[in-house]
Amino acid sequence: MNVCVTVNGKVYERVVEPRLLLSDFLRHELNLTGTHVGCEQGVCGACTVLLNGDPVRSCLIFAVQAHEQEIMTVEGLAPAGTDKLHPLQEAFRDAHGLQCGFCTPGFLLTLLPFIEENPNPTEQEIREALSGNLCRCTGYQNIVKAVKLAVETAERGE
Amino acid sequence: MATRYFGEPIKRNEDPRLLKGEALFVDDVHLPEMLHAAFLRSDYAHARLKGIDVSAALEHEGVVAVYTADDLGDYWQPGPLLVPPPPVERLTFHQRTQVPLAKDKLRHVGEPIAVVVATSRYIAEDALQDIELDVEPLTPVVGLESALESDAALVHDGLDSNLAAHVIQEKGDYAAIRAKAEVLIKRQFVYDHGAAAAMENRGVVADWDSKAQQLKIWDTTQAPIPIRNGLAAMLGLSESQVQVIAPFLGGGFGPKIMMFYPEEVVVPWIAKQLGRPVKWIEDRQENFFATTHERSQIHDSEIALSKDGRILGVSDTFLHDTGAYAPYGLTVPINSQCTLLGPYDVPHYYSEFKAVFTNTVIVTPYRGAGRQHGVFVMERLLDIAAKELAIDRVEIRKRNYLKPDQFPHNHEIIYQDFAPLIYDSGNYLPALERAAEMIDYDNFIKTEQPQLMKQGKCVGLGIVSYVEGTGIGPYEGARVKVDASGKINVATGVGTQGQGHFTSFAQIVAEQLGVDIEHIRVVTGDTSEFGWGCGTFASRGAVVAGNAIHAAAVRVRKKVLKHASEHLEAAEEDLVLEGGKAFVKDVPTKSVSLGELAQMSNPLRGAVKPGSEPGLEATDYFGPERGATASGVHAMIVEIDPETMMLEIKKYIVVHDCGKVINPMILEGQIQGGVAQGIGNAFYEELVYDDDGQLTNASFMDYLIPTANDVPTVESDHVETPSPLNPLGVKGAGEAGAIPVGPLFAQAIEDALSGFNLEILKIPVSPGKLFELLQESGDGAQ
Repeated sequence: MNVCVTVNGKVYERVVEPRLLLSDFLRHELNLTGTHVGCEQGVCGACTVLLNGDPVRSCLIFAVQAHEQEIMTVEGLAPAGTDKLHPLQEAFRDAHGLQCGFCTPGFLLTLLPFIEENPNPTEQEIREALSGNLCRCTGYQNIVKAVKLAVETAERGE
Repeated sequence: MATRYFGEPIKRNEDPRLLKGEALFVDDVHLPEMLHAAFLRSDYAHARLKGIDVSAALEHEGVVAVYTADDLGDYWQPGPLLVPPPPVERLTFHQRTQVPLAKDKLRHVGEPIAVVVATSRYIAEDALQDIELDVEPLTPVVGLESALESDAALVHDGLDSNLAAHVIQEKGDYAAIRAKAEVLIKRQFVYDHGAAAAMENRGVVADWDSKAQQLKIWDTTQAPIPIRNGLAAMLGLSESQVQVIAPFLGGGFGPKIMMFYPEEVVVPWIAKQLGRPVKWIEDRQENFFATTHERSQIHDSEIALSKDGRILGVSDTFLHDTGAYAPYGLTVPINSQCTLLGPYDVPHYYSEFKAVFTNTVIVTPYRGAGRQHGVFVMERLLDIAAKELAIDRVEIRKRNYLKPDQFPHNHEIIYQDFAPLIYDSGNYLPALERAAEMIDYDNFIKTEQPQLMKQGKCVGLGIVSYVEGTGIGPYEGARVKVDASGKINVATGVGTQGQGHFTSFAQIVAEQLGVDIEHIRVVTGDTSEFGWGCGTFASRGAVVAGNAIHAAAVRVRKKVLKHASEHLEAAEEDLVLEGGKAFVKDVPTKSVSLGELAQMSNPLRGAVKPGSEPGLEATDYFGPERGATASGVHAMIVEIDPETMMLEIKKYIVVHDCGKVINPMILEGQIQGGVAQGIGNAFYEELVYDDDGQLTNASFMDYLIPTANDVPTVESDHVETPSPLNPLGVKGAGEAGAIPVGPLFAQAIEDALSGFNLEILKIPVSPGKLFELLQESGDGAQ
């Protein structure tokens, strides 16, 4: 089947099997390997991407279902062509919110719309927002800290 | 004083790549013409394999090859015994190691039988379904006690029983002291540890270049160099023909140091057979069935005490589940045996264990590596003793701690590194006192808890101690080099799985050379960059590789000072290294950059003086005579909902001592992550096998890894007792957070439910199990 998607602002057109998962399509057809696959059961959240702005598990969607839609992956976060990080990425670095970094892209893309919709989240709201993503390294404490930091930075308009 | 690097919470060098999705993981390797492998795995825990028919699978469009054990010919060999039994006198060991593909017999669900190689993973998995097996099911051996019964089925036909090993270690004379003891406490304990469940599953990509006669392998291993050496030998290649790269790894926690997994052996062989790159990536379900676990031990334990709560001796006899094979030798049960002694002065100790073959996944170390099991037994015995003797639980620990003047302390038994269990240094009381202060122990038990209990709340406190043998040998090495650009290259053999080595190792070098860490490139886990070493395990990266890097950096510093002294015509002792330059103290204008010195020391004309070496480079090694013993105290306050038995952690304290700290930010992260895994182990995670040997919860939907809602904020503090065994004075910290959480939960839950006659002797607990325990105790839950 023909699939045409916009990923991180760039249009891609490919012919794929209908059963090809979006996660595999992004990783292996488009070589956007920043999206990671941890369980292929929709539990761990590592493969989370934004589909038309909403976080979705790319391992639970077929590539063809994303036809003519817009996707954002972790590669689309930082300003292109610079060494700079997105403020959320910067906050993760400052707060030591990642260790092995495998689950991190999924956390970032889960959090991006969350922070936009919740400019002043409580710790409990942050933890709720994170609770659909598994991390085996950090114990989440520094991820929570990173979110708080990102929110504060956004508040200061930096 | 020059800028400090060692000991500072410096942000990590590796983060930008990881955060932007640019870091290379094994599954990110794409090669032209690459094929994909999928393994057919046993659905049976125990069965006779009488025949395999792969012809239909081969018919599939896109399938390139299918291999079974017979196709491997002489390459088919049982895997090596990674860790032979330690030199303990009273020891029996029956060596049985895993095979590349099952032949004749299937010994656990998930054991690989055949492999399909196809143009895509999707096609390879389709074709698996067309492989026909002729199988005769046998009685599965599940359960430790029944496995040793005389009529039990045999996991390995050539053995008389399912006994894998039998080990007795002894200190003093427990039987004699028992006879004199005023108090004896005896219990049976069961401790079950689970799946490491790193977020990244395992994977191997192999590429044979027949023109260059080079084999390149990307492997999710914690031990790239031993993998290279082993594969080279198996494949009849020189070690220099094989390059193993362990790139960024998505967590390791122990199972990724298992060697050699069947897939690790088979995939490179296929790549060589077919002359095309081959990739195999484990999926999550396979990870539950095919990646090693840690699991259960059953301990029959007794402690002998004086009336005032002093430990006279401990006796502990346990069964250890080693799974279908035991390639990792006795590391896990020896760790249990040794770590049981904890921070305590135990004059008499009798310890005996039997390791048992069962038709379940192989057991190898997972973060803590058996230490949890031992710590659970000792801490529980002390808790029960404290109750019986009406001694405060903090006080009974204080009374039995080894005193600072008792170090080095020889426990007179052999540890997992084959060296005597001698604690290098320790000072346990300050950590306990600090933890008690941070959790507000006295106030809680005297005032707060009684008040809350009166209001009908079930609140309890736990406070436990542990030690952790870390940083064992044999050795690691490193090369440090100043480039002509002034940037520093550091290469070491250990693999890295998220511990921040790219930063902490850079800090060690920066401290010597005065170069900012962003100018220091650390390479780990690529055998072409550094070919000597062992791997990342036993909390040894910082200790062993760290000190090797330190030694190499010290040598480079000497070279830099010598060249700079000549160039600047100043005495070496008057020189300062800072900001990538050498300059004369108090005359910062009189300077030369490290890059310039590197160029001058590697000239295109002129002469490098006889007896000296070109360049600013040094290689060095570090091998500790034995491990460094870290220690700590965890304390926690919980509230239990008496309706649901769900537990909420109100406060969590860790005070620990891992000697000198390289990067406190990274250390805190290690502790917090370890605690999260410990909480999973204590309350959420359990690998549940049924009587048929089927793992019934092999998915993240059923095997519950703690989420952000289940893990508290950990408040921590440090005590610093440097190790005298290495120049940096460091001890390992990777496993510390995970080790004592089981007994901490047990104590805190008992305390919270002190109105009931409850003893928690098994880990994990869970709301359901707590409810059952209360029913059994006769009081019943509300």
